[in-house]
Amino acid sequence: MPDQPGLVHSALEASGVDAYVESHQRKDLLRFLTCGSVDDGKSTLIGRLLHDSQLIYEDVLASLEADSATQGSAGSHVDLALLMDGLRAEREQGITIDVAYRYFSTERRTFIIADTPGHPQYTRNMATGASTCDLAIILIDARHGVLPQTKRHSYIASLLGIRQVVVAVNKMDLVRWSRERFGEICEDYRSFAKALDFGEPYFLPMSALLGDNVVNESDNLDWFDGPPLLEYLETVDIGSGVDLEHFRMPVQLVSRPDADFRGYAGTVTSGLIRPGEEIVALPSGLSSTVERIVTFDGELDAADPGRAVTLTLTDEIDISRGDLFVTPGGEPQRAHELDAMVVWMTEAEMEPGSTYLLQTTNAVSNCTVRSLRYRVDVDTGMHEQALGLGLNDIGRCVIGSDRELAFDPYSSSRATGSFVLVDRLSNATVAAGMIIGAASVWDHAPDAALVRQRSEISDAERAIRFGQQPCTILLTGLTAAGKSTLATALERELFDRGKVSIRLDGENVRMGISRDLGFSAHERSENLRRVSEVARLVNGQGLIAIAALVAPDGEVRQRARDLVGADRYVEVFVDTPIDVCRERDPHGLYAMADSGEIPRFPGVSAPYDRPADADLRVDTSAQGVDECVAAIVRVLTERGFLRGPSTP
Amino acid sequence: MSATMPPELRLTHLQQLESEAIGIMREVVAQCERPVMLYSIGKDSSVLLHLARKAFFPGPIPFPLLHVDTTWKFREMISFRNRMATEIGFELIVHTNADGVAQGINPFDHGSKNYTDIMKTQALRQALDAGRFDAAFGGARRDEEKSRSKERVFSFRDAHHRWDPKNQRPELWNLYNGRVNQGESIRVFPMSNWTELDVWQYIHLEEIPIVPLYFAAQRPVVERDGVLIMVDDNRFVFDEGEVPQLRTVRFRTLGCYPLSGAIESTATTLPEIIGEMLVATRSEREGRVIDFDQSGSMEQKKREGYF
Repeated sequence: MPDQPGLVHSALEASGVDAYVESHQRKDLLRFLTCGSVDDGKSTLIGRLLHDSQLIYEDVLASLEADSATQGSAGSHVDLALLMDGLRAEREQGITIDVAYRYFSTERRTFIIADTPGHPQYTRNMATGASTCDLAIILIDARHGVLPQTKRHSYIASLLGIRQVVVAVNKMDLVRWSRERFGEICEDYRSFAKALDFGEPYFLPMSALLGDNVVNESDNLDWFDGPPLLEYLETVDIGSGVDLEHFRMPVQLVSRPDADFRGYAGTVTSGLIRPGEEIVALPSGLSSTVERIVTFDGELDAADPGRAVTLTLTDEIDISRGDLFVTPGGEPQRAHELDAMVVWMTEAEMEPGSTYLLQTTNAVSNCTVRSLRYRVDVDTGMHEQALGLGLNDIGRCVIGSDRELAFDPYSSSRATGSFVLVDRLSNATVAAGMIIGAASVWDHAPDAALVRQRSEISDAERAIRFGQQPCTILLTGLTAAGKSTLATALERELFDRGKVSIRLDGENVRMGISRDLGFSAHERSENLRRVSEVARLVNGQGLIAIAALVAPDGEVRQRARDLVGADRYVEVFVDTPIDVCRERDPHGLYAMADSGEIPRFPGVSAPYDRPADADLRVDTSAQGVDECVAAIVRVLTERGFLRGPSTP
Repeated sequence: MSATMPPELRLTHLQQLESEAIGIMREVVAQCERPVMLYSIGKDSSVLLHLARKAFFPGPIPFPLLHVDTTWKFREMISFRNRMATEIGFELIVHTNADGVAQGINPFDHGSKNYTDIMKTQALRQALDAGRFDAAFGGARRDEEKSRSKERVFSFRDAHHRWDPKNQRPELWNLYNGRVNQGESIRVFPMSNWTELDVWQYIHLEEIPIVPLYFAAQRPVVERDGVLIMVDDNRFVFDEGEVPQLRTVRFRTLGCYPLSGAIESTATTLPEIIGEMLVATRSEREGRVIDFDQSGSMEQKKREGYF
């Protein structure tokens, strides 16, 4: 329950101020944001939270009542939204144009609220608010249901790393407290939010204007069992998700007050460090041992996440602002080229080739946007091709930095996985970035100094010689789906028809050119890239390439298609039911995946993206090998790959 | 990769706020060439000063403190300021708008709006220009007032020290962009996320010295429009029939004495102040006369360059 003056007073008398101060400062802190469309009632909701918690001071309430009479839009009610709309322009226009922060505490928790704008043009401010929040309240007007703005805000919250969501279906009074209407909206929301990286949302019917289910339970919503909003916020699990294993401390400042002291000041972002432990400075990779953890309040036995400290080391090694302290093992990634999601925040468009300053938690470098892989239609979640990003656009980019960056994926660490882009002339912050990982080799442009050596044999000559047009057939599917069997059978069939093909089996490739690769998503991607590059070379010589790989990631397969060329690419989805694959499983891999011995196994502990637009789908549990091969040959014939040059 | 944080390791709410403020201060020193700290001698400034000592320990505070002296501050504030400068050993710059003094600008004859503009806003701009400071720390908190609730931690000012609330730099995570061109500057508010209660608790827990005016004592006051104004020296201009009365009062905020409202209180210790605070039903800035000049007046002042 909130700190109502009366309650606090009796608590004070019973235990004294010291005890109260002690208990108050031990409270958890929850940062949350409220978002929704214009007029969904965000500001009213927060005003209501503060009002019903009796946290609005008398004089503020008095000026609010006066303002409500002249500017309010709540009829005879006190317009609580006026409390939140701080800037004059917004009070006059009745919109919330910027993130407003509010602070309150109850007996259980301390809260920081970011009230974020609803208009599409202020998407950037919503991203700003979300960047420091752990939970989002997404407001939906019960009359209007899920709107494009709802989707946009949910997507941004998810993109910025928020996992906990309250879907507050507001203005229930205007739909006669209808349980059916509430159910419909929940279903609508669930169906589109499946694609987002949220936990299970808490769906809550309410009326912020009348106060139902905000602080107090509602008689009008007696069909609803869950706790009202404030109680939920007070009890929802937070504090998990802090990484104690991977020590990271960005060096902010080198402290050298006199010749005897040299320390490195910064805030621990994750993990723990103690005196005597080994520490590595990136990007140099130089290591040393922590001597002391110095603070104004004395030396510490350990520095833990969130603590601002100054470390001294036993060796004099060259460390400066911008370096990242880590402990050996589980180190961050390092790269010059980043694959990142970017929220564009300024009018001036970003185009590939544009240069900016890239600011991470403690370092600034020059960077160039190498490519824009796609823009996200945030209303649908679809990826679309685009030439650039404009204000409030979100896209996935490859960004190259002139200095090597040490980072973690944003999904594991906001502090070491985020950056902003700054315009070099105006110094404006133009974009926010969330690192997905090192840009893979797929994105690397070849060295500009290299020159392609041309063949003296023409494609037409090859087509006459081989009686075929080159193409690449990718057989994709789960482990033990029958890909390799089909590949060998297809090779035989083509050979017997006098065609010339080369078979690239995923397993064979791993014994040679991919011997250095494991089975992470990144390494699987690289394996397919190498196979695709070989296929491209082979196709260039007029031959047919038959590739058989799991290739579980749809996006990576798209890259293979792009690399080989869509007109030469044939995707065959070997869609054998997973139960059949498990039964076959000649090497017992599924059992090892089940026990966790093999991590990230597609179809078991990692996703397999079913191809949506394969050229052919076969099922080896229902079709014989010959039947499948015949079907593939039919596709190859139809697309004209199995004949020589067409005669004019 | 994640594990649940054991409760004994979790920083308390105040420790989190302290760490955040220290991180912000260090960031300014790393990014900016000539930072300065606005030192108003009030309780928030006292906390800010304490945080600065912590941020750069064992080194000294690597920037000067600037006090804009309107000449109308409480006498106890000035003696406290001088004592702190000696005891802690920081570089202190005191600036007064000499033109304003020459014109005899005072809060009694010229109204709080004009007086504040000339003796505070103009004076501050003069001092920042004279020092060519590219960053100025202030102790403002977002919970103080509506327009402050939307201000960034690193708040950009153009070459005329103006704040444009519709064109603020996006500020995400703990990434602060302190880059400015010649003549431009930033105001930095390391205590943006603190509340008044947090400030008092922190002063209590850290035993931070504050001006004695914050504690209740018998003081000579007159009551004007429901606000208790202390008669701090013989420049006080009485209205007809006004006689100072001795009342037991203290101040929740301090500024120029003719513009600072006292509250009746018997709280003589920090726990008593915190106790009163917890049951208070009036907001802190209410005691400041200048905020009531006109609707949206704080935002207006900030646009013009007031802190």
